Parts: sequence; structure tokens; C-alpha cells
Amino acid sequence: MKKISLNKLNEVFSAIAANEVLYIPVDTEAGVAKFDKWEEGKELSGALNTVRSAKGFFFPQVENMAEFKVEGKKIEVIDTREECADFVMFGVRACDYRSFSILDKVYLVDPIDTYYKNRREHATIVTLACAEPEETCFCSTFGIDASEPGGDVSAWIKDGEMYFKANTEKGEALLGGIAALEEGDEAQVEAAKAEIKAIIEKLPISNLNMDRFTGENLLPIFNDEAKWEELSEACIACGTCTYVCPTCQCYDVREFDTGKCIQRFRCWDSCMYSDFTKCAHGNPRTTQLQRFRQRFMHKLVYFPANNEGEYGCVGCGRCVKKCPINMNIVKVIKALGEEK
Amino acid sequence: MQQVIKAKAVELLNNGTVNRVLGWQTGEFFYDITPAVFETAEEVEANFVYNDFCGANLSKYLVKETAKEGDEKIAVFLKPCDSYSFNQLLNEHRIKREKIYAVGISCEGKLDIEKLRQAGIKGITAVETQGDKLLVSTMYGDKEFDREAALAERCANCKSKKIVADCDEIIGEDGEVLESARFDEVAALENMTAEERFDFWRSQLSRCIRCNACRNVCPACTCKTCVFDNHDSGIDTKASADTFEENMFHIIRAYHVAGRCTDCGECSRVCPQNIPLHLLNRKFIKDMNELYGEYQAGAVLGAKTPLTNYTFDDCEPSIVHERGER
Repeated sequence: MKKISLNKLNEVFSAIAANEVLYIPVDTEAGVAKFDKWEEGKELSGALNTVRSAKGFFFPQVENMAEFKVEGKKIEVIDTREECADFVMFGVRACDYRSFSILDKVYLVDPIDTYYKNRREHATIVTLACAEPEETCFCSTFGIDASEPGGDVSAWIKDGEMYFKANTEKGEALLGGIAALEEGDEAQVEAAKAEIKAIIEKLPISNLNMDRFTGENLLPIFNDEAKWEELSEACIACGTCTYVCPTCQCYDVREFDTGKCIQRFRCWDSCMYSDFTKCAHGNPRTTQLQRFRQRFMHKLVYFPANNEGEYGCVGCGRCVKKCPINMNIVKVIKALGEEK
Repeated sequence: MQQVIKAKAVELLNNGTVNRVLGWQTGEFFYDITPAVFETAEEVEANFVYNDFCGANLSKYLVKETAKEGDEKIAVFLKPCDSYSFNQLLNEHRIKREKIYAVGISCEGKLDIEKLRQAGIKGITAVETQGDKLLVSTMYGDKEFDREAALAERCANCKSKKIVADCDEIIGEDGEVLESARFDEVAALENMTAEERFDFWRSQLSRCIRCNACRNVCPACTCKTCVFDNHDSGIDTKASADTFEENMFHIIRAYHVAGRCTDCGECSRVCPQNIPLHLLNRKFIKDMNELYGEYQAGAVLGAKTPLTNYTFDDCEPSIVHERGER
């Protein structure tokens, strides 16, 4: 167990940044937090969560995939991939950290997504326990422990100090390279964990009943048109929930003519959009009800049915805070689940 | 106020004036309110809510609701600023007045939970108004907050307490058009150097995640297929590939709603990244006021808008060049 005084945190950042690119959550002038490259003068945000989740480190909103040069009848395919440099993500919350294992189940199974894998393998992840969870948090519903966030290094804040524990060799190496760290007292971290757990117990939506959301109940849940109608009625079909979500993983592949070549890129897609999964024959989901239902069926039924019961939600609460009409997965779980 | 509105909704449903009511529904918390259509008195009694957090402008939902088959009417509750959007939608023939029973309701300004969060208040479980103060209960103890500071931006700069739509009835006192300071921030931007202004907007727009919430909530954005969603348009974009596209999406949208935007502020209310999008629209409104004379979209039913109405005294196109010199 290592520690440093919070007012010396800068020394930790500069030691890490001396070797690798370091990203930390910072506040913006608009009062929302984002992950940003650390440089001298940048301070750790006190916000619980960034608006964009940490998934963007591995699955960015837009990325180029390949270029095509056409000369006469010859098409040259240019692989534009480059090996990613090692980087450190600091201050990832337990919910976002869990989201990586969900994304891994999509992107690191055969056929492996090499774009994702490239970034994933070069990251060292320092998580930060949630000292002040919000009323919108429900990670414990999915078995996530915000007091034990995981990653290569776990960090806790207690009484003006930050404590660090390495969980992997990568983490050991990272902490070993920070000369400013002192030996920390395990008991302080235990106290911090106990405080977090006590708050989570009291959170209003931390203990949702997920019993009904199984593969066996796929049809009865899917076919409950009246409920879906009621839930989706006010949806304005924007992509906010999907774009702030740490586990939404769908993308669209597009091309455009740069004048010199054809650039193929992919970008986040949203099942809330009318052209989602549109293909030559048209669109399999023609109404907002169907698109809305898809999002929640995917997270609450299809994904766990295909992944040993792991839900496609980590309870970060971003959609709860950000939906323009305040419809969200918690309301869906309560409307279609069972009473607890 | 809530009791009176609920009673009105129940009355209209029970006496057959309407077969559904467009209003606001309670959520998981006191602030996460969802627009909803109520079809029975029981639903109204159980879930209808009208409180400080009912900011959502219901007017745009009438496009969908009045396009439904049948002659039945839907009741809608319109706050003063929503009544401008309502008129504008009527002016654009996007909603059918004969299928609506409009009830105007007075408004004391709506609160924005984000303002409390931005002030660093975490774990908010209740907010109670006590005079000009808010008593905020949180997981981490009670806090006091100025009500004024928690108002949504558009309410802090409220342009009008007057219900401008020709409502079937009005609940509460109808107010007046207000002198507001809503153009002050635009003037401050105008006084910047071009470089400062560019930096300001790059800093703001660089946060955009292209979720389209601003567009989809906007009562002036009612195209059946937006040009940005139309694969045949040649300019459809799902993500902003570069900073140019990031800027242009918002600028083009502002151009498209120019002269039609009532400054209802929904775009800024819903932006997950707190981008002050209303400032783009207000710049257009301010310019039009200066070039063509005072004009408020939605204020008058049947009004001719300056950008689609030629008059002999209209400024010459060279005005663009002259003003660009500044």
C-alpha cells in the first residue's frame, strides 16, 4: 500500500507523464468533466463521472480504418493502422472499469477487433474508488463494488490522502516508478471502503431486482408491447443514452472521398437512430418503439443470455442524468422487472 | 398549481372534451420528469406532476399527436415560452389546432438540476423552495442554494411571462413580455476579436458528441428526414469526422431555424455537454432585430417572418460585408 498527500498529487502525475502519456478526468469551463491529456497545471476533477465514458480510449467515437486508392481498374488498399504507444488512464471508476470487460466480450472474441485490441493492450489502468457516489448510481445491482474498483492499480481517497494498491505487474511497475510515494496504512483504506459501502447501502436505486431478465423470459418481455409503448412514447430518438453509455458498442462503417483517396472510417452508432442497421432491403426496425426496445433488450436480455448472465449495463447512471426526457434503463428495469 | 392542473386534466378527460392529455409524468426522483400522454383520470391522478422541474416544452409532441387518425382532441399544457413554440408550429402548419385543447399555465421559472450539480452538490435527494432559497437534501447532508442561481438559463433570462397562444383557457395569471438580458452574452461575444470568438466556440463545440439531442428536441426542427440523416443528401454525418464538421453541424442548424427559433432554450437544456447552443440562435435573433426591426418568432399567429418577407426597406446584401468589417 502506497500513499501521497492530495496536494502532492501533481508529483505522481508528472512522474507517470515522464514515461507515458497520461490521461486524467479534468473539469471543463462548462462544469462537465472529461478525460484529458495531463500536462503541468491540470488538476484531477472532483466529479464522480466524466460525461463521455472511458470506453473512448479503446473504442473512439470516430476512427479511420483504411484507405483506398483507385488508379484505373486497380484498387490499392492501404492499412493505416499504427502500433499504439503505451498510455495510462488515471481515475477510472469501478463502473467504467467493468465496462471494459463487457466490451472485451464483443471485441476480443473471434474475430478479434485489432483496432480495439491495439489500444486495450497498451493501456495501464488506475482506478479510483467512489468516495461520494450519487443518487443516480446503481452499479451494485450488477455486482460491482465501487470501493474495490480494480484495474492495474486501485486508488482510494481518505482524509486528504490518496492510497494506491497495485493489482498487476503492470501496476507494480507503474507505482515503482513514482518516487514521491510513501508507505500507506492499510487500515485507512479499509476505513475508506467501509464508508463507501455504507453509502451505497443507502443509495435509492442501488439494489434493483434483475431476476426476470433472463433468456427464458425473452419473449414475454419482448412482447409486452403496452409497456414498451408507454416507456418509449416520449423518446425523442436522440443518441444521448447510447453515446454517454460505457457499454454501448455499436458502430457504423462509412466511406468518403477525400479527393485523394477513399477513406473508410467507423463511428459510434445508436440504435435510437432511424437508420440503425439499415441495409439494402431496408430497416428491420421501423418504429421508435422497436428501436427503443432493442437498446434495452440487448443490455438486459440478449447480452446476458449470450455471456453467462453478465448484463450489458454497469449502473454508472450517466443515462439517468443525461436523457433529455428522463427515460432510462432504471425505469425500464422497474417497469418490466419484478417487484422486490 | 399542480392540483389545479391535475383537476383540469381529469375534468377534460371525464367530460369528453379530449381523449388524452399531454403533460409531465413523475419519475424515479423528484427531478427526472418525462413528458407523457395520459388517457385516463386514474393515470393522471397517479402520475401527473407539475413542479419546478417540468421544464420540457411539450409543443413539439403535438406534431406526432395531431397527426394521429381520428377527430379526438388532445389537451396540452403550455407554459408562456412553450406558447411561442406552439404558435410557430401553427404558423408552419405542423400541428392541427382543431385537434388540440390548449391550456395556458403561468410559470415562475424552472429549475435545472445541473446547476446544483455544477456547484458541486452531490447525491441530491430532494429540493424544497423556501422563499428565494432552495433547501437541498443530499446523501451528504443538507445545503442551502439561491433559487435564482438554480434557474435554467432560459428562465434566468426569461423573455416573457405572457401566454401568446390563443388558448382555450388559462390557469393562473397571464403575465407580460419582459425586458430580459438575454442578448448580453451575445453582445459580449460580438465584442471579442474574431480569434477570441473562434476559440470560445471551438472550446464549447469540441465537447459535442453528436447525439442530436439539440436537434431532436427543437420545436423548429420538424423535418421528416433531416439533411444530416439523409443518405442521399451527400452530407449525412453520423459523427463529426473533424473540427470543421463539429462546428458546421451547429452553425447550419442555427441557420436553418433562423427566423423560426423562438428562443425556447430546449437545445441548451438537453445538451449533455452543457454547450450554450442558445447563443448561436440568439445571435441570429439579435441580428434580425437590428437589421429588420424587432421580431419575436411565435409571438403573433400568422406573422410574416423577416427572412421570408420582402419589404422595400430591407437592408441590402452588402450589409453582410459592412458588418463583417467590425
